[in-house]
Amino acid sequence: MTSAEGTESGLSAEGGTATAGALTLGAAVRQPRRPTIWTTIRRQRLALTGALIVTFFAVVAVVGPMFAPHGPTEQFPQHRLESPSRAYPFGTDEFGRDILSRLLYGARISFEVGAIAVGIAGSLGILLGMIAGYRRGWLDNVLSLLMDIVYAFPAILLAIAIITMLGNSLANVMIAIAIVYTPTFMRVVRGATLSVRNMAFVEAAVSLGASTPRILVRHIFPNITAPLIVHASLNFAFAVLAEASLAFLGLGNKPPAPSWGSMVSSSYGFLQLAPWAAIFPGVAIALTVLGFNLLGDGLRDALDPRLRS
Amino acid sequence: MATFVLRRLALLIPVLLGVSIVVFGLIRAVPGDPVSIMIGVDQRYTPEQIEAIRRSYGLDQPLPVQYVKWMSHVVQGDLGRSLRTRRTITEELGLRLPVTIELAVLAGLIGTIPAVTAGVIAAVKRNSWLDYGATIATLIGVSVPNFLLATLLVLIFSYWLRWLPPIGFAKLTEDPVQNLRTMILPAVSLSMPLAAILMRNTRSAVLEVLSQDHVRVARAKGLPASTVLTRHVLKNASIPIITVGGIQIATLLGGTVIIETIFGLPGIGRYIYEAIANRDYPVVQGVVLVISTMFVLISVAVDILYAVMDPRLRHR
Repeated sequence: MTSAEGTESGLSAEGGTATAGALTLGAAVRQPRRPTIWTTIRRQRLALTGALIVTFFAVVAVVGPMFAPHGPTEQFPQHRLESPSRAYPFGTDEFGRDILSRLLYGARISFEVGAIAVGIAGSLGILLGMIAGYRRGWLDNVLSLLMDIVYAFPAILLAIAIITMLGNSLANVMIAIAIVYTPTFMRVVRGATLSVRNMAFVEAAVSLGASTPRILVRHIFPNITAPLIVHASLNFAFAVLAEASLAFLGLGNKPPAPSWGSMVSSSYGFLQLAPWAAIFPGVAIALTVLGFNLLGDGLRDALDPRLRS
Repeated sequence: MATFVLRRLALLIPVLLGVSIVVFGLIRAVPGDPVSIMIGVDQRYTPEQIEAIRRSYGLDQPLPVQYVKWMSHVVQGDLGRSLRTRRTITEELGLRLPVTIELAVLAGLIGTIPAVTAGVIAAVKRNSWLDYGATIATLIGVSVPNFLLATLLVLIFSYWLRWLPPIGFAKLTEDPVQNLRTMILPAVSLSMPLAAILMRNTRSAVLEVLSQDHVRVARAKGLPASTVLTRHVLKNASIPIITVGGIQIATLLGGTVIIETIFGLPGIGRYIYEAIANRDYPVVQGVVLVISTMFVLISVAVDILYAVMDPRLRHR
C-alpha cells in the first residue's frame, strides 16, 4: 500500500520539503534530531484530522448516550419521518424515533465491534505471526497455508458464511470479522518478525540462553509494534465498515438496536420521503472510517518511513 | 515461462483444497445437522424415518468419506439442490452468473479507466490542485461504504433527477438499453473502492518511476514528454497497477452481495443473500465455493500476467 504518498501530498509544502531535505542533506551536513511521533503527527494535518475525528467518535461512543435527547428505541408515532427540526436535530425515522439519539447510541456498537474484532484478530495474528516468522520451517508453511486459505475468500462473503453458520448475533459478527482479518495481521507480524529475527540483539539473547517465549515477548515484540499499530488503525476502519455492511444486510444486531448500518438499510425504503434518515447514519459511518484511515496513514508516516513502499 | 505457470498452478491445489474443506466444514458447524434443518420442526417424521433420510444422504458415514463424496459431485459440476426451491444450484448459477459477471465487468471498466487516468495526471501534476483533488477523492472513496454510495446515487439519479430506475433488471440479450440503465448505478457503486485504491496506487507508482534515472536519461535525450510518459514511465508503472487492480477486481465479487440486493439484480450476490435469509445452507455453501474459486483463479491470473510483464519474476 502506498497510502503514505497520498497523505504526504496533502501536507503543507514545508512539511514535505523538510523531510526530503533531511534525507539528502542530513547525512552529509548534520544528523538532524529524529522527530518524535507527536511532532510528526502534528506536522501532518490530515493525520491530525484523522486523530480528531476518531477521538470525537470515541468520546461519543462512551458518553454519547448521556447526551441523547431521547431513548434509542423511544417512538413518537405522531412525528414519523419528520425532517430535521429543533426538537429532532437529525429528523425522525419511520417509527418516529429520534435519529440523533439513535446515532449517539449506535456509535458504541461500531466501536465495540471494531475494538473487539481488531483485538481478537490482532492477538491471534501476533501470536501466529511471531511463531511463524521466528520458528520458520514446517510450522511457518502450515500457518501460512492456513492463512492463505482464509485469504482466498472475499472478506465480506466469508464473514456472511461464518455468521450464517454460527447464528445471527452481534457476538458472532465480531468473531466473523476477527477471523476474516486475522490473516492480514499475521502477514504483517510475520514479515516484521522475519526482518528482526536475524539481528544481533536476538542472537545475543539466544546465546545468553533466553527461552523462546522470552525472546518473542521481550526482544522481538517491542521491535515490531510500529507496523502493528498502523495495521490496527487501518483494520479498525475495515472492521467498522464490515460491521456496517453486515448490519445493512441484516446480520448482527436485531432491528430495534441502533446499529448505523441497519439504520441506513431500514430507512432505504423511505429514501424519497425522508432522505435524512439514511444520510445521517451513512455519514457517521463514512466519517468514522475516514478518521481511522487518515490516522493509520499518518501513523505509518510517523512511526516508520520505511513502510512507504 | 511455462514452468512458472505450472508452478503457480500447482500452488493453487492446496489452497483450493483448503477452501473446499472450509466450505464443507462450515455446513457441518451448523448446530444440528442438515437433515433436521431440512425437515425443520415437522413433527410427522419418526426418529427412524429421520435416520433413514440421514442414511440416504450418506450422513451416517465418517466425515472424510462424506467430504470425498461431496467433492466428487462438485468436480462434476453438481453442487446439490436448494432446500427451498429444490432446483439444482448449478442450474441456478448458470442463470445468475452472467448478471454478476456483467456487473463486475462494468464496475471494472468504470473503476479502472478513469482512476488510472486520474492517478497519472495527479502524479505528473504533483502538488497541483488536481493532485489534492485526487487525494481527497481517494480518501472519500475508501471511506464511503458502497451501500451508502448506492443509497446516495439512487436518491440523486432515481428520485430527484428521475433519470435512472432505482431498482429492476432487464436482460442484456432482450433489452440492452434498459439493461444498461439498470446496471449503471450498481456498477458505479461497486466500482468506488476499486477506483479509489487504484488511483492512489497509480499515482505513487508513476511518481516512483518518474524519479528514476532512466526517465531522466530519456528526457535528456530530448524525447518529447508524451513519449517519455507512455514508453518509459507508464510501461514500468503498469506492473504494480495491474497487481492492485487485479486484487481489487477480485474483491468486487464480495461487494456484489450488497449491491445486487439493493438494486434487485438477479445475480449470484442476491442469490446468496436470499439463501441466508431462508437458511438455505446448500446454496450458501455452493455459492461461497464458486465465488471463492473465482477469487483465487483471478489472483493466480494476475500473478501470471505479472510474470508475463516482468521477466525478472519468472525465475524466482
